[in-house]
Amino acid sequence: MYKILLKRQLTPDIVLMHVEAPRVARSAQPGQFVIVRVDEQGERVPLTIADYDAQEGWVAIVIQTVGVSTRKLCDREAGDEIADFVGPLGRPSDFVSEPLESLRKQRFLFVAGGVGTAPVYPQVKWLYERGVAADVIVGAKNAATLILVDEMRAVAGRLFLATDDGSAGYKGLVTGLLQELVEQKGQHYDRVIAIGPMIMMKFVAAATRTYGIPTVVSLNSLMVDGTGMCGACRVTVGGRTRFTCVDGPEFDGHEVDFDEAMRRQGMYRTLEERARKIEEERAAGHRCRIGLDR
Amino acid sequence: MANKIPRVPVREQDPLKRASNFEEVCYGYDEQEARLEATRCLDCKKPRCVEHCPVSVHIPDFIREVAAGRFAEAASVIAADSLLPSICGRVCPQETQCEGACILGVKGEPVAIGKLERFVGDWQLKQGGEKPTIAPSNGQRVAVIGSGPAGLACAADLARMGYGVKIFEALHKPGGVLVYGIPEFRLPKERVVAPEIEKVKALGVEIETDTIAGRTLTIDSLLDEEGFGAVFIASGAGLPQFMGIPGENLNGVVSANEFLTRVNLMRAFDETYDTPVFVGRRTVVVGGGNVAMDAVRTARRLGAEATIVYRRSEAELPARVEEVHHAREEGIQFRMLTNPVEVLGDEKGWVRGVRCVAMELGEPDASGRRSPVPLVGSEFEIPCEQVIMALGTSPNPLIASTTEGLETGRKGCIAADEWGQTSREGVFAGGDAVTGAATVILAMGAGRKAAQAIDRYLSAKR
Repeated sequence: MYKILLKRQLTPDIVLMHVEAPRVARSAQPGQFVIVRVDEQGERVPLTIADYDAQEGWVAIVIQTVGVSTRKLCDREAGDEIADFVGPLGRPSDFVSEPLESLRKQRFLFVAGGVGTAPVYPQVKWLYERGVAADVIVGAKNAATLILVDEMRAVAGRLFLATDDGSAGYKGLVTGLLQELVEQKGQHYDRVIAIGPMIMMKFVAAATRTYGIPTVVSLNSLMVDGTGMCGACRVTVGGRTRFTCVDGPEFDGHEVDFDEAMRRQGMYRTLEERARKIEEERAAGHRCRIGLDR
Repeated sequence: MANKIPRVPVREQDPLKRASNFEEVCYGYDEQEARLEATRCLDCKKPRCVEHCPVSVHIPDFIREVAAGRFAEAASVIAADSLLPSICGRVCPQETQCEGACILGVKGEPVAIGKLERFVGDWQLKQGGEKPTIAPSNGQRVAVIGSGPAGLACAADLARMGYGVKIFEALHKPGGVLVYGIPEFRLPKERVVAPEIEKVKALGVEIETDTIAGRTLTIDSLLDEEGFGAVFIASGAGLPQFMGIPGENLNGVVSANEFLTRVNLMRAFDETYDTPVFVGRRTVVVGGGNVAMDAVRTARRLGAEATIVYRRSEAELPARVEEVHHAREEGIQFRMLTNPVEVLGDEKGWVRGVRCVAMELGEPDASGRRSPVPLVGSEFEIPCEQVIMALGTSPNPLIASTTEGLETGRKGCIAADEWGQTSREGVFAGGDAVTGAATVILAMGAGRKAAQAIDRYLSAKR
């Protein structure tokens, strides 16, 4: 069992938790993820690592409620325990193994969308701690759904906000802001790292392709075990089938077949929606008399 | 003198009934049936069954005890060579091992050695709780990677010799392939697998789940930082293979590993569990091994009209004969000499069928089996909503790629000698991680041999 040391509600449906997991904290690196199983009945849910502290022995995760298991997880409080917390999984971000002198000469732009802001944070922080100031765009629907803004401001070179309704920062999509930075403001970037909804990563990658900026994306494919055993996370990159869990989660954004990735991500959407509806109705005291909840 | 009666039939769950539940198919012998079947053994002077058992269980000796009703004695005869009789009795390919060599099989039916072994194993599990004998601690510690048959066997033997043993398991439940791979209806988890694991824990073996060697920790960190004198790698062969044909990434194409893990480990068939599993109205399983049979019969139980597609003929099916027989009884369709060339999708990217080609058998290949050759112009379609690939598995490269100096061979298998010694001092390996996907009994045998080798290595250091 793994103890929740701290819980913070970031938005009504996004939660940040510090989970006591000394072994994972000791081995974790930017770009990696964990698999969490809330209880005996829970799914194995892959979640990117949002922060970690090897000394204190905790790993931070940020969870958005999407299905039954993530809802149960979000309902847990500090002091509660969760059944399983496995990791770190996947390959660390490429820059972690590059020489610092070369990193310090480069200009990084991170593009974070929604809950994707969480995995961007440890990357920007890692660079900041090594004297590399990276620019960061954080996007969300509106000011109320922006997450980790203060944390990000503390480690980013320059922080740009973008909201669909303009309630904070730039009004529009992160791709619009990216275009403004590169085309109007003449900003030069050596590499872009985009993490967020698949559709956002697809359009960021499409834009950076025209600018000729190498771009890394982090995929949140469906997974069961997270160690290469099941192949649920298959994705086509540069015409080859790769496993997100062991070959990724980060890939060259210009090579990923996003349409296939999005389609595969939706594989269980109908079943998940159904399970959630059934649970909601049960919680509201509804009993199906014709067996549709089975 | 041997009793010249026909083989005692074993009671099984009705095929129509079991095709929609996950209860065990075979009920096994009761005491009378077992004793009667045991009387058929000729007690050969040179027992061929023993020669053909990968771990040389003293088969006629234990059968003699069963016939006499001395079941505890039978159990201790088996225990000298095998640690997991209730499991091996269920999943060993007896027809190519002990029973295949039984002299009674020449003219009639061989002695039901597997069913008798299972009877003894189950009898022993039911008695439970006898205190295991453990040597006093010798102060040395061994780490075992993986809690499947090889890891459990190695850990148990080392613990009995007085070593402090800790098993590291990547998944949340111990048991490896016994838990995530083999279905409930063939190997019950609570009744058979869990007690076998408890027996190993009762010897003092610790199991740390949720710990992935090569990620959470490394072989070197175990040796250098955690104070283990030796490591035994028994991480299995977990990586699924795909065919590399067009359409393989369509929604509805899954590996047998994924399908079975969702159902067996994550219990997707039980509505109180959160993990979903997609099942087609019609499901095609590609492959002819035990995993293919497990997948197709699982799909059937979840409501699919389920078909096996296999590129060779029935004679070459690598699955256990009993599994093929059970699958047929349950209404599984078999399309032999058929090979998929493309998975077909609908406009939304979901599977709508498989395009296949008919095959004929040509010259024998390196494995001695006649290799299938496609018949030109024979393409046809099988409509379905799901395709499950059961084409075999290979070892996970996670450990080899994070352990300097650990050599690998064909298909990423860890290179080790017959005693499990790898290219690294103090590092041993065995089971599917070394051989590629094989059988439970071979893995168990490899684990036990490695335990002896580890003991030799560590006692020299004392």
